[in-house]
Amino acid sequence: MAHEMELTMVKGNEALGEAAIRAGCRFFFGYPITPQSELPAYMSRRMPEVNGTYLQAESEVAAVNMVLGAAAAGVRVMTSSSSPGYSLKQEGISYMIGSQLPAVVVNVMRGGPGLGNIQPAQGDYWQMVKGGGHGDYRMISLAPSTVQELVNLTVQAFELADKYQNPVGILADGLLGQTMEPVRFPEIKEDPGPHTKPWALTGCKGRGKRIHTSLELSPEGLEKHNIKLQAKFKVMEDEVQFEAYKCEDADLIVVAYGTAARVARAAVDAARQLGLNVGLFRPISLWPFPSAALSGLVDRGVTRFLDVEMSAGQMVEDVQLAVLGRAKVDFYGRTGGIVPTPREILNEIQKVMGGEAK
Amino acid sequence: MFMHEILIAGFGGQGVLTAGQLLAYAGNFEGKCVSWVPAYGPEQRGGTANCSVVISDQQIACTLVTEPSLCIVMNQPSLEKFEKAVKPGGVLVVNTSLCEKKATRTDITVVNVAATDTAIELGSQKFANMVALGALLGAMPVVDIEMVLKAMLKVMGEDKARFIPANREALKRGMEAAKSAVHA
Amino acid sequence: MSKQIAGKPESMSPVVTHYCPGCSHGVVHRLVAEVLDELGLREQTVGVASVGCSVLAYNYFETDFVQAPHGRAPAVATGVKRANPNACVFTYQGDGDMAAIGTSEVIHAAVRGEKITCIMYNNSIYGMTGGQMSPTTLMGAVTATTPYGRGPEAGMPYRMAEILATTPGAAYVARTHVADVGNIVKTKRAIKKAFELQMKGVGFTMVEVLGNCPTNWGLTPSESNKYVTGEMLPYFPLGELKDVTKEVPAGVHA
Repeated sequence: MAHEMELTMVKGNEALGEAAIRAGCRFFFGYPITPQSELPAYMSRRMPEVNGTYLQAESEVAAVNMVLGAAAAGVRVMTSSSSPGYSLKQEGISYMIGSQLPAVVVNVMRGGPGLGNIQPAQGDYWQMVKGGGHGDYRMISLAPSTVQELVNLTVQAFELADKYQNPVGILADGLLGQTMEPVRFPEIKEDPGPHTKPWALTGCKGRGKRIHTSLELSPEGLEKHNIKLQAKFKVMEDEVQFEAYKCEDADLIVVAYGTAARVARAAVDAARQLGLNVGLFRPISLWPFPSAALSGLVDRGVTRFLDVEMSAGQMVEDVQLAVLGRAKVDFYGRTGGIVPTPREILNEIQKVMGGEAK
Repeated sequence: MFMHEILIAGFGGQGVLTAGQLLAYAGNFEGKCVSWVPAYGPEQRGGTANCSVVISDQQIACTLVTEPSLCIVMNQPSLEKFEKAVKPGGVLVVNTSLCEKKATRTDITVVNVAATDTAIELGSQKFANMVALGALLGAMPVVDIEMVLKAMLKVMGEDKARFIPANREALKRGMEAAKSAVHA
Repeated sequence: MSKQIAGKPESMSPVVTHYCPGCSHGVVHRLVAEVLDELGLREQTVGVASVGCSVLAYNYFETDFVQAPHGRAPAVATGVKRANPNACVFTYQGDGDMAAIGTSEVIHAAVRGEKITCIMYNNSIYGMTGGQMSPTTLMGAVTATTPYGRGPEAGMPYRMAEILATTPGAAYVARTHVADVGNIVKTKRAIKKAFELQMKGVGFTMVEVLGNCPTNWGLTPSESNKYVTGEMLPYFPLGELKDVTKEVPAGVHA
């Protein structure tokens, strides 16, 4: 399926897998967990067709460490999971960032905490965006809201990972993973390969040995390493992406990402039909967070924001930080795997604009 | 605004997921924005299966359908579960072959069609999903049935072309049933 | 004309190690380095360091190296080897790293028949963290976390090599020790065989080397070597526990 360039109907999870292959990824280490299991299944079918490697690991922990090994060897590599499994991947992510190794890590979120359920949710924002692993680190985190965007951002994620020698996260949710929509895939690209990476572990023939480690026992040495990493993260902050929809004249701006943003868009359209000046601000990169753009909206006179999430309120803290008390930020969220309806969000918009919100 | 939120439900194996996919593909062929999502979870085997389809001329907001404007229920448990979810003014297609009870709502159009019995008359109960889909399209022409058949070749492969005439017949029988039901 | 009769293998870096006086880690490092030299593998080798006393192994081998999280070295080695099947890939782990936190990773690497070599230095204790009980600590042994001696509530020490030898993907599994010269030579032979079979693509290879820990055992180096031969050997028998090159295929009568 999905080999031709025309518009094809593809499920989110499978589209993500195909996009990775188009981006030159030939190594996938995974572990089954709903609702992302179609992705490893797709890779197990597709990788042999492109002389790639699919391996089902014994755990998410093992899978992410296989990714670490393959990344050290200099190839484009990916792993994916859903919330409980993503928790287990934190170890490898912290090590990869400490060792400056690129990879793409996918979380197709489900309801939590704990085993939670398998319905779509957005409760892992903090975990991915704020760094669920140990140590001071940052990771570009991209949040698609349609299957086509999932494809585009996956391809981008591999480029960004290589560019910064840092893992890049894709934060999707169960609904996006399960949704089948028409998509257009980009041309297939080759992995630039280990020979283009002056740090790849290829055996030390004709050169000095290369080491990848995140260990630095001397405090001065480790601080120096941290300063270097922080300088890199500072540069990564330029990779901001967002979408502003009908924000130009809006009095109230709804802030939402991923699936919640899709629903919010319909609510914004419905509000406009009622004559309410409402816009949608959709962060696409959750880190770096588009704080400056949000702040710019406040400069322009926006005084009210309504943050909508499929969580008890996580990104809302970043919205509050971005506006720094200069605007009122309300929150509406559903948890447990419940996707809010456009009508629910419209009700919240009307409440907030009527001044009834807490 | 052209916007249909469709939910198709039944037992696993009744072809509800396939019927939904064909509908989505057909909408895509007609240039509409479309999406399809299967209900997933522990109950996906042996219990009820269902899928959400959205066909719209606008960008699709939520791909998950909880309050369908159009709904097909292929069995009694699905009728019990989803009759109340249908939007007022919407359409509910009921496969009376496998539903002992009748739909009771009066604020929606109920299309009763003996989809499984009709399918068996046509040679195989596997056509039941197409009879029911035909009934839905008879009540609300969301897509052209020829596009559904074109989608069938796309999804199942060109080598399944020999099944097209029988499926066309199933869709037509469903449409006729809908017309008599709606006018009744 | 002079002839060099002793020296440093090319696969060892010209640095001083951090290991305690009398510790056998250096001996095992050297044996691995000599084998890499003799097999001409140095320039295609990627080592995987573990967590524990040998965490800094990458400073001592003159080969490419990657450092793994605690216990995950066989998974990291899997990733390296799958990405570069021509590479010679080995892990160097302790008993805490492999037999406790990394049990899952090593068993599944063996089950899959990953073409890697895992060296486990078994000194029946967590050295780097300060001498705590490990899964291979002998019954009754006093450690930082078994101040009254290891009792039944902590379970019995278990034998990793025997377990790995039962996995279908293992090509070669051996247990040796380095407490005397004769056995140092035998250890080198086992390590060499493991690397040879890895490079022939036969399957997973592992050598468990019994070694000492004078510091955490509170013994002198020579006393600690006597502990290896006197106390550990009766519980951890030596030998080639699996060698597929010696096995008669099923259904074939010798």
